[in-house]
Amino acid sequence: MEESSFNRRDFLKLAGVGGGAVFASTLPGCANLMPGKADDFYFVQLSDIHWGYNNASVNPDFKSTLPKAIQAVNSLEQKPDFVVFTGDLTQTTDDPKLRRARLKEFRDMAAAINVPVRYFAGEHDAALDRGEAYQEFFGETLRYTFDHKGLHFIVLDNISDPAPILGDKQIEWLKADLARQKPDQPIIVLTHRPLFSMYPQWDWATRDGDKAIDLLMPFKNVTVFYGHIHHEHHQKTGHIEHHAAKSLMFPLAPVGSVEKKTQVPWNAAKPYEGLGWRRIRAETDGDGHVLMEQVLTKA
Amino acid sequence: MNRRRFLRYSAVGVIGGVACARLAMGVAATRRILVKAAKFQFTPGEIRLRKGEAVVFVLTAEDFPHGFSLPDFKTRIDFLPGKTVELNFTADKVGRFHFLCDNFCGEGHDTMSGWLIVSES
Repeated sequence: MEESSFNRRDFLKLAGVGGGAVFASTLPGCANLMPGKADDFYFVQLSDIHWGYNNASVNPDFKSTLPKAIQAVNSLEQKPDFVVFTGDLTQTTDDPKLRRARLKEFRDMAAAINVPVRYFAGEHDAALDRGEAYQEFFGETLRYTFDHKGLHFIVLDNISDPAPILGDKQIEWLKADLARQKPDQPIIVLTHRPLFSMYPQWDWATRDGDKAIDLLMPFKNVTVFYGHIHHEHHQKTGHIEHHAAKSLMFPLAPVGSVEKKTQVPWNAAKPYEGLGWRRIRAETDGDGHVLMEQVLTKA
Repeated sequence: MNRRRFLRYSAVGVIGGVACARLAMGVAATRRILVKAAKFQFTPGEIRLRKGEAVVFVLTAEDFPHGFSLPDFKTRIDFLPGKTVELNFTADKVGRFHFLCDNFCGEGHDTMSGWLIVSES
């Protein structure tokens, strides 16, 4: 099957391959992400791996969730154009040596992915040393842009300062980048924390995220993909969509379901419940994009 | 006594002095609530006050530039180790609200929070 020719039905079928789909959604209001300018393609989002996490009551399979996800992605019959890790590659530690060991282990494992990979950090990787250790292993990838088949991707860093901020310098950098884009340029923002103020009571916000959203508002086709909150969530700020991904290590309970931020305990009756990864397909046929939520399964 | 401890005692002395002066003048003293932040907890972890009551949070950090944030009241402040800072505050609503450190401070950061409980005046 040619990558550029598959339709939604074909793509939904693919969900049964490699990971076992339990959820597939076509989001309303997603039209015009790709207004006929670029080739169809899809990419994979893996998020919040937290390599080094070892609480067996929450995830007794903590050593295997990342390898299983990599195996599932590598076995996809139709290859994604790329994989992006949206932060928290490792579980934080106050020990700089251990931090580097975890980053190295993660990097070595992710090297097995058989398509191009994009990385950026989460606060667990970078907040305690302003990204020093992270960049030793992943280069200067705290914030950057790239273009792929007509889409402009912007990676924003709201994690390398201990405070959950973008900062004035980065806002200026974003402003300069957007000044080079045409108003109808489809834009995908990749970041770790939500840019909007979802629930700052649990650190689910970016203090100055509204400044970035304001800069993005003039663009008609903007979608944000992020992690951090460890469960699927969809929100709009004006016409801009924000989609949170599941974690590959432990789920967090949604706001309103518990009083304090809570890791969801392992459910032996439903192993890997709440964990998973996502495929994002960009279409040129006016259907917008399709999100596929995949669960991890026993190997 | 090291410098940090000296600074802490000095701050308490000044705070106490101001409170005494206000009482002597017959002015209702604004309640001063001492809050200490150290990885990874606030002391006290629960603060009670009344709606409309003007208080001053007197904040000290032991080991990190922690943040003290009350998102429900859109109020926050940073405080550096060794330097006492004050935050004037009046709760305008009743309820049970989170306060938290909103500067990522280490392994236990996610648990560094407490409760502000506001009752009717």
